[in-house]
Amino acid sequence: MGSLFDFMLPELKSPMTGATTDALMGFIHIVSFIILAGVTIAMIYFAIKYRRRSEDDETPLITHNNKLEITWSVIPLLLVFIVFGWGYKGWLNLQTVPDNAYEIQVSAYKWGWTFKYDTGAQIGNEVHVPAGRPVKLVMQSEDVLHSFFVPDYRIKQDVLPNRYTYVWFQAEETGESQVFCTEYCGTSHSDMLAKVIVHTEEDFQAWLEDQGTGGGGTPEERGENLITLQGCVSCHSVDGSAGIAPSFQGLWGKERNFQNASSVTADENYIRESILNPSAKIVEGFQNQMVSYEGRLSDDDISDIIEYIKTLEE
Amino acid sequence: MATAEVSNTRTLKVKRFKPSEDPKKTYLTEEKGLWSWLTTVDHKKIGLMYLGSVTLFFLLGGVLALLLRTELLTPAKTFIEADTYNQFFTLHGAIMVFFVLVPSIPAALGNFILPMQLGAKDVAFPRLNLASFYIYVIGAIFTFFALVNNGLDTGWTFYTPYSIESNSSVIWVTLGAFILGFSSILTGTNFITTIHKMRAPGITWGKLPLNIWALYATSIIQVLATPVLAITLLLLTMERVFGIGIFDPAMGGDPVLFQHFFWFYSHPAVYIMIVPGFGIISEVITTFSKKHIFGYWAIALSSLAIAFIGFLVWGHHMFTSGQSAVATTVFSFLTFLVGIPTGIKILNWVATLYKGSIEMKTPMIYVFIFLFLFSIGGFTGIMLGSLAADIHLHDTYYVVAHFHYVMMGGTLIALLAGLHFWWPKMTGKMYNEFQAKIGAALIFIGFNMTFLPQFIMGSQGMPRRYYNYIDQFTIFHQTSTIGSYILGVGFLLIAYYLLVSLFRGEKAPANPWGSRGLEWQATSPPDLHNFDHTPVIINGPYDYHKPMEEFQLGLADSGHNGHDPSHDATGAKQEVVSN
Repeated sequence: MGSLFDFMLPELKSPMTGATTDALMGFIHIVSFIILAGVTIAMIYFAIKYRRRSEDDETPLITHNNKLEITWSVIPLLLVFIVFGWGYKGWLNLQTVPDNAYEIQVSAYKWGWTFKYDTGAQIGNEVHVPAGRPVKLVMQSEDVLHSFFVPDYRIKQDVLPNRYTYVWFQAEETGESQVFCTEYCGTSHSDMLAKVIVHTEEDFQAWLEDQGTGGGGTPEERGENLITLQGCVSCHSVDGSAGIAPSFQGLWGKERNFQNASSVTADENYIRESILNPSAKIVEGFQNQMVSYEGRLSDDDISDIIEYIKTLEE
Repeated sequence: MATAEVSNTRTLKVKRFKPSEDPKKTYLTEEKGLWSWLTTVDHKKIGLMYLGSVTLFFLLGGVLALLLRTELLTPAKTFIEADTYNQFFTLHGAIMVFFVLVPSIPAALGNFILPMQLGAKDVAFPRLNLASFYIYVIGAIFTFFALVNNGLDTGWTFYTPYSIESNSSVIWVTLGAFILGFSSILTGTNFITTIHKMRAPGITWGKLPLNIWALYATSIIQVLATPVLAITLLLLTMERVFGIGIFDPAMGGDPVLFQHFFWFYSHPAVYIMIVPGFGIISEVITTFSKKHIFGYWAIALSSLAIAFIGFLVWGHHMFTSGQSAVATTVFSFLTFLVGIPTGIKILNWVATLYKGSIEMKTPMIYVFIFLFLFSIGGFTGIMLGSLAADIHLHDTYYVVAHFHYVMMGGTLIALLAGLHFWWPKMTGKMYNEFQAKIGAALIFIGFNMTFLPQFIMGSQGMPRRYYNYIDQFTIFHQTSTIGSYILGVGFLLIAYYLLVSLFRGEKAPANPWGSRGLEWQATSPPDLHNFDHTPVIINGPYDYHKPMEEFQLGLADSGHNGHDPSHDATGAKQEVVSN
């Protein structure tokens, strides 16, 4: 039986956060299974033993039994108190971040994740962390609700647009773990995946150094980097393929036809408006799915993105 | 025999009214034609019209479910786009909750059975009852309008700020649900009044059938909780239409506030859905064990306890939402308390079987299926109420499986038990018992095959509302999809033999199961006014140790079920006539 319950859970890779959860789930499963088996066997046994033998069967008058009622109220009550206390303890542990935790800023958007390090380095849809050290993620959403879930660590926390929320974990071994978004957020909700990549402490420091400080490069390079980090590419392709939104390839300088039958040539001001006020002009054949990037992209960022789009010729 | 001592202060003349096995006039023959149905104030016809609408919506919601499961056969796109998938799961949820589960047992079966179990001619406000039905229809029209016009892609939970930004017909559906709520409130009000004021002579609170206790508890929740949903949906509409910032942080609102408001209704709503099911189980299990219910007051009062505590646990839907730590702790604790009365019910039902005379007819088979599936739903609910476990399991398929075990394995199976139990009474026809048993077996196998794998994949981390999924979950999804097809075949078979029974079914006797319930002392199908006398009750509804004659008493001087002034008489002693 134990192995079946083990099979139900993915391998635990952050015992500091998940050990209580696993033990508690095992306990509830086993106790529930015993009670369920008891109830089921009793039902079937009664149905066979007391099956109707004739239409004139007489049954005894048994109306109630207070001792029984109290027994089967109090025992489950004690059991659920255990379950409550145990679950509460595990949850307190999840809420209490160790003091020496390494902090990473997380930004969630439709439909991806950006992870920012204290060096200024940024990376999309991959969070690199050191093994054997607690890591705290401070999370914020750029648009609607999202939720950060790593089954291997037994942690989950909603990510909100109007406040910071956090989770922590401590991966003991190097390797990869899957991250899911678990709060429904629209068209590509199920593609809003990321990976936790666990390095040894030395490898992690080397990796972080390689990332630089997040700035630098030519405007085109910065623009290319930004459209990945800000999640633009999850809707706007750069190879001309149609997605949820028009492709960036071949956009520059072209005549754009809109839903309201007007049209305009795609220049700097059009692109800037589309970033800051996406609903102003909707390209024919598409729906307004985008939120404003006002406050998320600086004027310089927008200029760099425009420079990059200019390079994407058909 | 019958000393009809209804109270200490008065004595009534009673005689036996044995129900005719071959009624000349029934509610189905007395008023005929479409117009008589559309304008009827008869609770039985209104109940059947609800049953018809609920069935129609169930068919629609069920087809959507099968399309969803078909899409999930493969990890990537199978045959529909992501946006279509999102609309389908939203509509599946919204239809099944608002148009099927909430009205199914109270408005369909409850409308038919409640006045009969009370020995009344009708509910307290028959015209209001018809109005409830038409309000339901108007709500449905709004929703259909949304269906053809842009659809809905927010999930049935309408979480903000997504539902503020979504391009789909949020307003139409929320207005539909808003209107629908009034139907629910009015039905609840009607039932509460009927139970208080229209009980036949002798039906004290201690002699109320447990089905009535369950409907009473349900009605209280409907009246108290539904207005909160209405207000929440109105606020959402105001935010979308007028840009008043309530939930959207971009306008200074708080999205978690919406979740509080939403679950303040929607958690009690799950008790609106399941508690009437408890009532059916009590009626069926006593009838087919021919035995007094075990723990009458434990079962009756636990329904009220569930109704009360059910209002205080909404925050357990929000453990990961970012609500305050104190709230999370308190909601987890209270959640376990609501599990206790539910457990008490299950054990009392099993104890009722002890030393009974058990006949495994189809309704009883559904009761057994209910006890098994609903217990699994209950235990996994304990798992989800537990904080550390819920953090891992929240918004995964484990939750999906849990609420399908409770809502489908519980409410819907109870509805099937009740439908098969009262079908002869409602239609006057018997269905094919053998086909019905095959149908029950298909439902049981299909259901478990669909939802058991979902517990496993949810526990392994498969999130809900996912159009694409990672390869490791493929085998669970495929098993689940095949199970859902078996389930579909089961429901088609049930629809088939029930329809056949209407045309070619054997004629039903007045009391085919030998029940002591008052509704079974009317003819099958019942008279337009249920009974052609005023029933008088001297025994409890589960007194199987007493002879059937004692359950067929009525006022001796009432030729018809008029409200004879004699039972309003105070203190006037009358001679008792026993027959």
